[in-house]
Amino acid sequence: MVSTIEAGGPEAGAPAERSRTSPARPLVSLSGVSKVFSNGTVALRDMSLDIQPGTFVSLLGPSGCGKSTALRIIAGLGEATSGSIDWPTSEFDASGQPHPEIGFVFQEPTLMPWASVFNNVRLPLRLKGKSRSASREDVMNALEMVGLENFAEAYPRELSGGMKMRVSIARALVTRPKLLLMDEPFAALDEITRFKLNNDLLHLWESFGWTVIFVTHSVFESVYLSDRIVVMAARPGRVVADLAIDAPYPREDDFRTSTVYNDYCRDVSNALHDAMDEKADA
Amino acid sequence: MSTLETASKPVSTPAAAVQEETPSSTDPNRLGERLIRILIPVAMLGALILLWAWYVTAYDVPHYILPSPSRVAKAMIEDWHILGPALLVTLKITFTALALALIGGVALAVLLIQSKWIELALYPYAVILQVTPIVAIAPLILIYAPTTQSALLICAWLVAFFPILSNTAQGLKSVDHNLLNLFELYGANRWQSLYLLRLPAALPYFLTGLRIGGGLALIAAVVAEFAAGSAGAGSGLAFRLLESQFRLNIPRLFAALILLSVTGVLIFFATSLISHLLLHKWHESAVKREN
Repeated sequence: MVSTIEAGGPEAGAPAERSRTSPARPLVSLSGVSKVFSNGTVALRDMSLDIQPGTFVSLLGPSGCGKSTALRIIAGLGEATSGSIDWPTSEFDASGQPHPEIGFVFQEPTLMPWASVFNNVRLPLRLKGKSRSASREDVMNALEMVGLENFAEAYPRELSGGMKMRVSIARALVTRPKLLLMDEPFAALDEITRFKLNNDLLHLWESFGWTVIFVTHSVFESVYLSDRIVVMAARPGRVVADLAIDAPYPREDDFRTSTVYNDYCRDVSNALHDAMDEKADA
Repeated sequence: MSTLETASKPVSTPAAAVQEETPSSTDPNRLGERLIRILIPVAMLGALILLWAWYVTAYDVPHYILPSPSRVAKAMIEDWHILGPALLVTLKITFTALALALIGGVALAVLLIQSKWIELALYPYAVILQVTPIVAIAPLILIYAPTTQSALLICAWLVAFFPILSNTAQGLKSVDHNLLNLFELYGANRWQSLYLLRLPAALPYFLTGLRIGGGLALIAAVVAEFAAGSAGAGSGLAFRLLESQFRLNIPRLFAALILLSVTGVLIFFATSLISHLLLHKWHESAVKREN
């Protein structure tokens, strides 16, 4: 209980002070959201979270802490058992309807193996009833964003793991979403590829100004990317800390070796360990 | 040997040598491998026929027990006016049954995955029809069906239908859950999920069902005709086989048997080719490993 009060404290003020985030209403607001699975597991208990537009927020925690569950509930891929999710800004107020302005990137690339890269990226537009010729420009733009404009006709099996993930990101971007939800997207990639994709993702985020909610279990990845980290603990899944990362963007590879970065990594690590210890006491 | 020499002589451009060398050294190999793949089975067939011919003449085997290959060939040509129409009848039953099994199997599979209740209600009956030996049901079908031909068709259909149904249903259910989530996220309707996701995902499974069903349709067409024991006009190869046996016309029996085998092999090749054409671009089963 104490931890949830802690979590509520800094979250309200910190992001609003940043110049890139308008002090406007949050893009999405979770209040008292709980999720209990049919087998009785409490995946998420009483989670309250406001996401300001334009921020890069990481949900960080060990496996089983409900971070993916929270992301799916925000995406509308599963109902919360109790609590509510609000979209105060107008584009998102159609409750119960799918949110076309959300892009979702899964842990796996989740591509259709029988379709070319072009058709995979085109899928969200096709499902909205847009014709192939009308989609062409959007699809090619999305592929250009991830640097795969020359691979439109390739099939997924011909691509490396990193390239498949880029296709998956391009597919999430093709609808020009306001909110990008990413569920441990780079967890299965090697470190070099992951660093490269981290940088590319940050560049895209800086130039397009979406809101990103990024689920990860890596302290280092979350500190590198985010301007805010929500630390979660397991059994039951809950928010235990909410930390602002006040390091300026653009962040490049030299940020990874800076003292600021290391200090933040230590702080976040400690918050994570405190959460684990607390669980052991209970 | 020669490639080594050509690669070492123009020392100035090793890269060019390698580039020139690769296509010329791999292509004949690949062509040779293909030739061997065809030559070995053909040579084996030739050897077996020669062995057969030698055995029949060397041991003076009477032709009503084992006819020589030349007698079988003669029977094939001379009795073609009987065997040809019989082959056509068997082919017609096989392919009509297979076509109907395709339509019925896929349609029912799509219906089954729509709801758990439909599956619970219908699937047990599909299984019962499959596990009951077709020879045992055939007499009953003969009584109910208006003509012998339609009875044979029903038997062949019953046998070919199930592998297509069960494989397709399995495929329709084996869709990546994340892809289903993705479709839900983008508001796909039922038709879009079926057409764009479930059917393509089920294609490899369906093609496996087609390959099994194609072979079974021929077997069932023959078995059903044995059981039905039709006579006279409109008889298929199975009847001609039995008839030849009764008349001790063993060369014709062999000729009918060869026609059936060739038909089965052709069906197998045709379904394998269809499978390759549809899957070679993306499915693991049709892609060569690169190591």
